[in-house]
Amino acid sequence: MKTFLRPNTSNNQEREPGQRGSLLLVMALYSNPKWLSTVRAAVERLTATLGFKEEHCRSVTRALDEALTNIVRHAYNNRHDQPITMYFRKVQRKQEVEVQYGIEITLCDRGPACDATKWHGRSPGEIRPGGLGLQIIHDAMDIVEFSRKGNTNRLRLVKYLGQAGLAP
Amino acid sequence: MQISTRHQDKATIFDLSGDIDFANSPELRQSVLREIRENRPLRVVINLSSVHYIDSSGVASLVEGLKASRDLGSRFILFGLSTAAREILQLSRLIKVFEVYENEEEALAV
Repeated sequence: MKTFLRPNTSNNQEREPGQRGSLLLVMALYSNPKWLSTVRAAVERLTATLGFKEEHCRSVTRALDEALTNIVRHAYNNRHDQPITMYFRKVQRKQEVEVQYGIEITLCDRGPACDATKWHGRSPGEIRPGGLGLQIIHDAMDIVEFSRKGNTNRLRLVKYLGQAGLAP
Repeated sequence: MQISTRHQDKATIFDLSGDIDFANSPELRQSVLREIRENRPLRVVINLSSVHYIDSSGVASLVEGLKASRDLGSRFILFGLSTAAREILQLSRLIKVFEVYENEEEALAV
């Protein structure tokens, strides 16, 4: 049994005092694509429970699915026995006078270090396979950040709602 | 995902069901490309009416099928797109690259 991953310290860019994210859910799985549908079902339900519109439930779910697929394919080179851990947190930020609520998803893997600046999406409408996953992730999420801490890759995805946002 | 094929006139119809994702898109790609290259149908028609989810690897498989069809002078047609399938094709701006119809009747009539 491999040890599943902890995210170490989080990126504090949007975690000022009084605005800390609260942990909603942790999912740990092996890098076998057969679990993708299980994760999608859980995340679609989680985002719906939090009050996201249907279209945003689908787009956040799609972004996470693509991020997981990228980990399996690129970080773990299609090995199916490697650990992936996902942390789901409720977050908030101040936008001028209103508070925006959202969901933060942090994906952790132990693949080799990679250079995120070399990740290339595809141009919209380009007729070729590949590169669409990154486009989907960036399109769906407000924040997409990659970092490396020790031997762990961390991908942080955040999607905010408006003021009427998340269920408490 | 489940794949079954039917032949009607000079068309091959793929009836797909379930989710198409990285776990099974290689199987879809292989089935479609084999059919196109070995049997050379005049039309390859993909029935997506029972497919609720397609990821980028599924779209990539469809793109490969489209390219292989074009190379051999056959048509590659999709019908019965769910909301999720339509969204990913719109997002990738590939919706206009494929021939897309509402139902099988329309897909086979044109």
